[in-house]
Amino acid sequence: MSRPATESHDPAGSDGDGTRGAYPPPVRRIALDRAPTVVADDPAERPLVSPSIERALRPATGRERLRIDELSIFYGDAPKPAVNAVTLPVHEGEVLALIGPSGCGKTTLLRSLNRLIELTPGARRQGRIVLDGEDIDGLEMTRLRRRVSMVFQQPNPFPMSIFDNVAYALREQSRKRPSKRDLLPRVEHALRRAGLWDEVSHDLSRPALRLSGGQQQRLCIARALAVEPEVLLMDEPCSALDPISTTVIEQLIHELRSELAIVIVTHNLQQARRVADNVAFMYLGDLIEYGPTEELFERPRAERTREYVGGTFG
Amino acid sequence: MLARLRGPLTDRRAGLLLGAPAVAVVLIVLAMLVFVAIQAWPTFQHNGLGWLGDGPAPTGGTVDQQLGSMVEGGEAPPPSAYAIKAWPLIFGTALTTVLSIAIGIVVSVLAAIFIVDLAPRRVRNVVVPVVRLLAAVPSVIYGLIGILVLVPFVNDNLISEGQRQSVQNVIPLTGPGLLVSVVLLTLMVTPIMIALITDALESVPRGWREGALALGVTQWRATMSVAVKAIRPAIVAAAVLASARALGEAIMLSMVSGSNGYAPRIQDGLIFLFEPLRPLAATIAENTESINSAALKSTLYAFAFLLLVSCFVLSLGSYFIKRSLRAQGAR
Amino acid sequence: MSTPTLPARPAGGAGAGAGSGANGPRERLRRLRAELRHWRVTDLIGVAAAWVVGIGLCVVAASILGYMLVQGLRYLSLDLLVTQPEPSLNQTRSGGILDPILGTVIMVIVGTLIALPLAVGAALWVVEFGRPRWLARTVESMIEVIAGSPSIVIAIFGLAIFQLPLMSWMSFTADGGAVFGRSFLTAGAMMSLIAIPSIFTATREALLSIPQHLREASYALGKTRWSTIRAVLLPSVRPGIATGTALGMGRIAGDTAIIVVLLGATLRIEPEGGVPLWGTLTGTGSTLTSYVYNNSPAGEGGAPEKAYAAAFVLLLIVLALNALVSIAGRRDPARTLQK
Repeated sequence: MSRPATESHDPAGSDGDGTRGAYPPPVRRIALDRAPTVVADDPAERPLVSPSIERALRPATGRERLRIDELSIFYGDAPKPAVNAVTLPVHEGEVLALIGPSGCGKTTLLRSLNRLIELTPGARRQGRIVLDGEDIDGLEMTRLRRRVSMVFQQPNPFPMSIFDNVAYALREQSRKRPSKRDLLPRVEHALRRAGLWDEVSHDLSRPALRLSGGQQQRLCIARALAVEPEVLLMDEPCSALDPISTTVIEQLIHELRSELAIVIVTHNLQQARRVADNVAFMYLGDLIEYGPTEELFERPRAERTREYVGGTFG
Repeated sequence: MLARLRGPLTDRRAGLLLGAPAVAVVLIVLAMLVFVAIQAWPTFQHNGLGWLGDGPAPTGGTVDQQLGSMVEGGEAPPPSAYAIKAWPLIFGTALTTVLSIAIGIVVSVLAAIFIVDLAPRRVRNVVVPVVRLLAAVPSVIYGLIGILVLVPFVNDNLISEGQRQSVQNVIPLTGPGLLVSVVLLTLMVTPIMIALITDALESVPRGWREGALALGVTQWRATMSVAVKAIRPAIVAAAVLASARALGEAIMLSMVSGSNGYAPRIQDGLIFLFEPLRPLAATIAENTESINSAALKSTLYAFAFLLLVSCFVLSLGSYFIKRSLRAQGAR
Repeated sequence: MSTPTLPARPAGGAGAGAGSGANGPRERLRRLRAELRHWRVTDLIGVAAAWVVGIGLCVVAASILGYMLVQGLRYLSLDLLVTQPEPSLNQTRSGGILDPILGTVIMVIVGTLIALPLAVGAALWVVEFGRPRWLARTVESMIEVIAGSPSIVIAIFGLAIFQLPLMSWMSFTADGGAVFGRSFLTAGAMMSLIAIPSIFTATREALLSIPQHLREASYALGKTRWSTIRAVLLPSVRPGIATGTALGMGRIAGDTAIIVVLLGATLRIEPEGGVPLWGTLTGTGSTLTSYVYNNSPAGEGGAPEKAYAAAFVLLLIVLALNALVSIAGRRDPARTLQK
């Protein structure tokens, strides 16, 4: 699959300015009194607030949305589970980051939350996952995946126009094919929430694959948001992106968290620190430590965690 | 040839040596277009484009009678000997091709989905070689099975006596005809299409499918609305390749079409399926023995020219369709 | 903010892991059924149709092959294979299929020998030289034109050129000076055209899959392009060429239209003149395909049993060539290089 070059059509503020490409960005901008769609305006003028201060400004995490209960995943005949009896809560309005070295089972855990893991031949699951008090095994698969939506590591917009991408799930879930005009408000809303509207509104019929990598990923977020999910799963959403696009996406995660619960897998500790409220550290399938971001990074309880966040291994 | 060239060869000479066959291929194709066009010219000269049409020729008779009278014209026939209205043959060609490709597209897309998505590994390991095998079966074998098995079957079991009598003054119904032709032609072109579409479907990035599934779409809809949609260019390419095969299939169709220059009439209802016909390619194949007659020769080359042009237009059309589809990122 | 209250590993873990495991075929079936209940009717019809088509395909293929196998074994005998055909309407006296078999072999050899240098040379030139660009692109599109041309059109194009007085050396000339234009050589020349596209494409793909650094390494050693092609490229594209050639041979062996038009449709191989090999090449004959055609009810119609036997032999030849393709493909180092 050939992805179009990144240089095409990027807003002035995101990709155009190469001098700001410090990675990782040392501090995070707060989104207090801005129009919800603004990504394109000059970010340098916004107040820069350190993560801990901002977290203090945020309201407390809400009620429990998703509960992972003694979850184990086995692949094939492997004796050791890829995920070993993990128990975790996911609250409304929080960003939960799953961190850990490669192969620790964080992506497997994430993919089991919307039962996408069942596509992998030979994968077996034990334990329960509860969404709003209901076991997800009892939910219809399509319903579940609309309530627990997902964004992938590689931006994967469909080979269609921008509009069709966002409208895809809406069209598929309705029995009668809705008209373009009926869909437009919802498409616009999703694109606005993903902070992409201002960049693409002039031509929604453009092929999605002509967007830059960062824009493609935000389009995928818009596509996932269009179904109005309660939980958004993100599987290393920035690992295929440049630092500036990464900043934009992290910003976006911030703005979204008030409305839904976000579970993000990342191998980038700085990113976890910047975006997450709570962090779960996994190692070889085991959940080693779980706690508020600040605590886990500053005062890790487990030895392994200390080594990992301290950069001794990973 | 290579032994003499063991010694070092300069880049320039090597380029010329290898360029020669490349240019030769180009020249051969150009020669083919030119030769066929030149030989076909008298037919266009005497009939204009009217010979593509329907109705009785100025000299009267059906298309088969017209072809038959050409043989008598000899090597220096009068201009009137060129008169022909070839519509029944053209219609027969178009009908068999369009029907078999239309069925072929549906069947091959479903078969490709079955192979890529649905079939358990063990079934798949059987189906894939089977498809490759079917694609390799020479068309004359399909023709043989058609004429010895399908034609008698249709004649004995499907055509009723009443149907036979209702058209007996127009056309004899003896088994060979549209139905058998289309069935065999479909059987002949589908394996190629399946192979091409399967390849395309397999190369659809996993991320697209997973992306669709993660949005709460069923497996089947994910395949249809994302994967199949994405490979539309490959489907077009497969259809065009298959129609070139179907347009040009001469021997097999000459065996099972009934070899009658008759245009099946849709208004005949079910009988339509049993009516005989003869496509252009089969007409060429059956008449090359008498090619010494100048009028017949020119007519046959005109048919060949028409087939060449159709194939050319088809591939040109597919090029533009593919280009516009690829602009959306389909493959 | 509320501190999450959760021990990393709750003691006990009761109630978990028991009910909802995705294990066991029965459980999976139950789930499948549960999921299918939510599918749209049209989706279910689609899935059913795909299964029907897939299974139907196998059934059709099996019945064709089974039928040919039964008929072939029934009518084929060693005797049939080694005797020459006789012009007789009586089946018991119409002889065997030796000449058609030999005819097919000659045809495949002649066609391949002409096609191979042309196609490989053209592919090498397009990939390794390819200047001027427009010519390279023209070569590629012309080969596509050949691939898309019906073989009946190629056949009567052959008739047009080989009946020119200039080409009289390739076939025999009648008393009046009319050139017959039909012989193994003329048919083989046209057969080469239908084999060229597959050989060209396979060679080109193989060449394109060779990493550029292999060529550069050779140039860096001061090798010319020609010695690079000979020492580096040709050996590694040989499996690709073999694959394409076997495919092309299959097409030659299976084609009927060119044979019917350009081989003169004599039952036996009839050499022209006294020179042994050349006489055969410029003479007429038949192949298995034309034999099947002529002995079916569509031709003279005399001998369906012999047509079955010949068709069976033809099928075996084509399947053998097909098997060669997969063997050559499996050994293709260009493929392993890609990965």
